[in-house]
Amino acid sequence: MDIRTTGGPATVDEMAAVDGLLGAPEPSHHHVAYGGRALRSERHLLLPVLHAIQDRVGWVSRGALEYACRRLSIPPAEAYGVVSFYARFALERRAQTVEVCDDIVCQLVGGRGEHGVNCLGQCDRAPATLDEVRPVAARPTLGGEIRLLKRVGVVDPESLDSYRDHGGFAALLRAREMGAQAVIREVGESGLLGRGGAAFPTGRKWESVARASARPHYLVCNGDESEPGTFKDRVLMEHDPFALVEGMAIAAFATGCEKGYIYIRDEYPLARRRVAHSIAQARAAGLLDVEIEVRRGAGAYICGEETALFNSIEGKRGEPRNKPPFPVEVGLFGKPTLVNNVETLFNVIDIVNDEFGDTRIFCVSGHVDRPGVYEVPLGTPLRSVLDMAGAANVQCVLLGGAAGSFLTPAQLDVPLSFEGTRAIGATMGSGAVIVFDETADMKKVLLRIARFFRDESCGQCVPCRVGTKRQEEILERMFQARDGDEHADVMLLGDIAQAMRDASICGLGQTAANAIASGLTQLKVLNG
Amino acid sequence: MFGAGGGTSSYREAEDTDLIILWGSNARETHPIFFHHLLRGVRNGARLIAVDPRRTSSAEWADVWLGIDVGSDIALANAMAREIIHHGLADKQFIARATTGYDEFERCVEQYTLERAEAETGVPAAAIQEVALAYARAERGMICWTLGITEHHNAVDNVVALINLALLTGKVGRYGCGLNPLRGQNNVQGGGDMGAIPARLPGFQDLENPELHEKFARAWGGAQFPHKKGWHLSEMFEAMERGELRSVYIVGENPARSEADQTRAVHLLSGLDHLVVQDIFLTQTAELAHVVLPAAAGWAESEGTVTNSERRVQRVRRALEPPAGARDDIDIICDLARRLGCDWGHPTAEQVWDECRSLSPMHAGMKYSRLEELGGIQWPCPDESHPGTQFLHARLWKDPVEGARAPFHAVEHDPPVDRLTEEFPIRLTTGRRLDSFNTGVQTGGYTSPLRKGEAVLISPEDGERLGIANGERVRASSRRGSVEVDVRYDQSLRPGLAFMTLHFPDQVSTNVLTIDATDPKSGTAEFKASAIRLDKIPVTAAT
Repeated sequence: MDIRTTGGPATVDEMAAVDGLLGAPEPSHHHVAYGGRALRSERHLLLPVLHAIQDRVGWVSRGALEYACRRLSIPPAEAYGVVSFYARFALERRAQTVEVCDDIVCQLVGGRGEHGVNCLGQCDRAPATLDEVRPVAARPTLGGEIRLLKRVGVVDPESLDSYRDHGGFAALLRAREMGAQAVIREVGESGLLGRGGAAFPTGRKWESVARASARPHYLVCNGDESEPGTFKDRVLMEHDPFALVEGMAIAAFATGCEKGYIYIRDEYPLARRRVAHSIAQARAAGLLDVEIEVRRGAGAYICGEETALFNSIEGKRGEPRNKPPFPVEVGLFGKPTLVNNVETLFNVIDIVNDEFGDTRIFCVSGHVDRPGVYEVPLGTPLRSVLDMAGAANVQCVLLGGAAGSFLTPAQLDVPLSFEGTRAIGATMGSGAVIVFDETADMKKVLLRIARFFRDESCGQCVPCRVGTKRQEEILERMFQARDGDEHADVMLLGDIAQAMRDASICGLGQTAANAIASGLTQLKVLNG
Repeated sequence: MFGAGGGTSSYREAEDTDLIILWGSNARETHPIFFHHLLRGVRNGARLIAVDPRRTSSAEWADVWLGIDVGSDIALANAMAREIIHHGLADKQFIARATTGYDEFERCVEQYTLERAEAETGVPAAAIQEVALAYARAERGMICWTLGITEHHNAVDNVVALINLALLTGKVGRYGCGLNPLRGQNNVQGGGDMGAIPARLPGFQDLENPELHEKFARAWGGAQFPHKKGWHLSEMFEAMERGELRSVYIVGENPARSEADQTRAVHLLSGLDHLVVQDIFLTQTAELAHVVLPAAAGWAESEGTVTNSERRVQRVRRALEPPAGARDDIDIICDLARRLGCDWGHPTAEQVWDECRSLSPMHAGMKYSRLEELGGIQWPCPDESHPGTQFLHARLWKDPVEGARAPFHAVEHDPPVDRLTEEFPIRLTTGRRLDSFNTGVQTGGYTSPLRKGEAVLISPEDGERLGIANGERVRASSRRGSVEVDVRYDQSLRPGLAFMTLHFPDQVSTNVLTIDATDPKSGTAEFKASAIRLDKIPVTAAT
């Protein structure tokens, strides 16, 4: 590809960062050069290259970007679009700051920064900061009937031997004995539903990918846990990383995936390091026969959407694709792709070991005594979970994160099951349970949710890009002005919500009004 | 190719082929429409190989770029052929059934070892071998070229060397395979097809064939016209020099700027008894003319047809009235004929075309209504039920072969005429850029953000070695003349290679430097290879 650059030179450091990842450039020869497909096929390395630059020099200068473009054969305009898409990349030199979360949970307990960032997935230790030098690694609060969490805080997350001492990798060996077909059958018969939020039957997904004739097949584990109030995958990856590797190996084996990716959000450096370490250890021990690569997000909630995540791995802006075609047919790099959430893959190990029990992990945060992850059988009343965590004077609960809905004290006996929550018009979503006591300013919470969606909308489709912005503006007007026509504004919000639900490409836009709509009807935030 | 003057494939086939060799062509900039089709092929999985002294923007798209030394194409092609033969990849069945002259060809290329080719071309032997085998092994493969092949003193031999490769591997006459000279204008193909070349009558029919001559003479009411082919452009200039050619009628050409060795060209044109120029612009050549005939623009102000590189004849329609005083070419020519004593009436473009169809078998089936209906038709199209021909020479795959077999021609490497010496150590090659066209007659009136003015492009290494800074003005000299020109460093060039265009004759008369050594067979001048020297301009101290 002919690349036209504006000529900004890259510094020695910046070039070294790029070359460190891609290898030294081919020595230039006056009579022959190679490139073309080989070069263009490296395009997916754009995000890793940008991370390498930023890790080394703190930001992505124009010269560094253009050097990366030349090495990867990407038009600079396109690469600029990618860099500027992701919140974690800096296109300008910036002062060293500590990023403080001021999202729903953290702002309850005083999280306030000059540039408050969206949920960092550390709601159990709010207010959270992103401080890579001193990652918090304390044992999380656990509660309930422990199965998925049984090794958390028990095994040494950096020791393969420790994991094997606790039964690790038995399931993978067993799966290989059973054969791929049998594994898929067992997963299907278990009735496991995906734990990422959409609750799709896992077995059906596996079957479709296994059957797909196009090659190669890819496995993608979605570790881009970004739903505010959700941190279960972080706990699993930080404290039991070998299990994720084992779960992925089983999934890849059963569905015939030649290559696996685990995409972990940038805000989880410890999880990333431990998972990468586990992959290396397992490979060195000869336990892995599929290549698994860790990919690092760059600060974009939308990348939790599976097709946006594919684009991100491919080195593009994390914009969702239209579906169909579905990922099982046309996914990562246009090939059949199995996408599973971290918690889903943990369940697979238990299924193969015949230890499956239908439990689910909930992330309890906010106004509770013991925030943390709680594993309970499906169908457990929400109230029991709140009791375990120590909640008092509950004003309301936000179930399912920013895309979820508010429950009033009268609804706390709802059983935590797909049917139970659906019956009251709620959803378990990603398992986030955010508790607000009587002191919480719910107008502020709703505004923060509106700000979150406006901020995280990828901007690709109009209903969501414009709708999330208007939603925030209208809420601000309603909550601040005393003399506005509140009724008309509520109607308008309803119209916007409908347009976003009907016409957005992906789930972000489709659900961006849910929590706010439920808040306006369930909570006493309106004057009239 | 084998008697037909056109590319064998369709654009569509470039999208479906497995391998494309772009040889002496910077199609990215000079044939952007074709390059779109080519890129679609690349996206569909085709490998792209670029053979070019410069690492052009086309070459940057390529999987492999072979940066040959200027004028060493035959050495490269012959060595590739030898490799293909030695690896048992020659299509022996095809060769035996559909070609002639193979044994002599094999004997000839046997002399071109990889070592020799590396020495002649500068390209490492391993890369030559790799490309040869990739081409031979591809199920479908195409070779496309432009002026990098033809603007040499041995242009026809260069083309023949490429044809040999296609015959050797059976890569012609099949879908997705072929040999394609890319045409630089929308109707270069049509001009040749219509007989605007010395040896041909309309329909690319041989003027010197008595039967064909008779056919035309009869159709034209017993008109008298030469039995022998005329002069091509370079021969015309030689005839002017000898004083044999005293009157010239030029239609839509600007030889005062586009000819090699421009000083000589202008001198000869100025010395004519009578010079008539028919053009849509007052070109530098028109400024020398005794009579200028303002013409209507062919693409917007007149009716007719054009033929593109894939042999597709397409309708052109009048969208605008020409400016006052400018007249349609047909009008001008008929009026001229009338003044000379022949009344050809006032035919419409369609009537002229129908006459052509009645005389040219390859256009016979292309009546206007069909051209509109089918969005153009690719020749040959012998009758009104024929759909046109997507690719040529399918006949070579018939058993037995229909028509004449395709001949191999053994050709030998022959380096450029303008030798590199200590006095003139830099190889200057010329070409075009995306934003401009030829001598700038049609593009000079527009601005482009890409245009930086004329300069001699050299490698940064040469710049440093010669102590010439990027942007410095220097004197560039060849054995024929010298010009002052700015230097610009360009990463696509290697040491010893310089590049200029002909786009800005008013800024820099590049053709003062070029050599008019021409190919005796095609009449094309060796624009691609001159020997030059760059000298710093001495600074005169201010007094």
